[in-house]
Amino acid sequence: MAPGAAIGLLPTMNIQLKYFASVREALGRSHEVVDVPEGIATLGDVRAWLRGRGGVWDETLAEGRALRMAFNHVMTNEDVRLTDGCEVAFFPPVTGG
Amino acid sequence: MTVRVQTEDFDLSTEVAALRAQNPKVGAVACFVGTVRDINEGETVQAMELEHYPGMTEKSLEAIVDAARERWPGTEVLIVHRVGKLMPLDQIVLVATTSKHRGNAFASCEFVMDYLKTQAPFWKKEKTASGERWVDARVADDEALARWGLKSQNSR
Repeated sequence: MAPGAAIGLLPTMNIQLKYFASVREALGRSHEVVDVPEGIATLGDVRAWLRGRGGVWDETLAEGRALRMAFNHVMTNEDVRLTDGCEVAFFPPVTGG
Repeated sequence: MTVRVQTEDFDLSTEVAALRAQNPKVGAVACFVGTVRDINEGETVQAMELEHYPGMTEKSLEAIVDAARERWPGTEVLIVHRVGKLMPLDQIVLVATTSKHRGNAFASCEFVMDYLKTQAPFWKKEKTASGERWVDARVADDEALARWGLKSQNSR
């Protein structure tokens, strides 16, 4: 049982978001800590939820844009499920080497 | 296992000497050094800024080293990648691999570079006469990784 459930509160998840390179510049921030609302369960849900902020968020994180994501420092896809305290990152295709 | 992300330059001879020190089983060393070109996509590059994802970068480079050592047992791998501001002629990345014979050394060195290009969280930004621009991922890099039987959709 999630902490808080016992005293009748809805369990909420607190996650850390990070943005890099062109995504960071477009969004105007490199990181933030957020409480995700109920129903936001996967990385894809977070992306859609952030797009709801409108403007550059909707544009930068839009479907069809070349966007990669990581969950707890591992590159992954949108289906991965969030966990409390996890770190999620959004960034463009990588260009090192 | 050795992976390093640093702003400072590196010296190939020093790094290779350290990698094969005290290991008489090594009969081959292969190295790749990536450097900053002064021209890209037809425009003169004045400077380059390399950004990365601290924490994830090291983890992903270590995973690449593990993958190489699994394919070519007995191979040792060193990866040094620079970040921050770089100028044309500067060194960007070093990959050195050691093995008993040259075949595995060459192959693992190329594998590590192909893997790194599409899976390690680094991003290059170029400064040109017409302003700054983020470098685009190349389809050719995804294709290079595909030769090893690994799928990447980095450039999509």
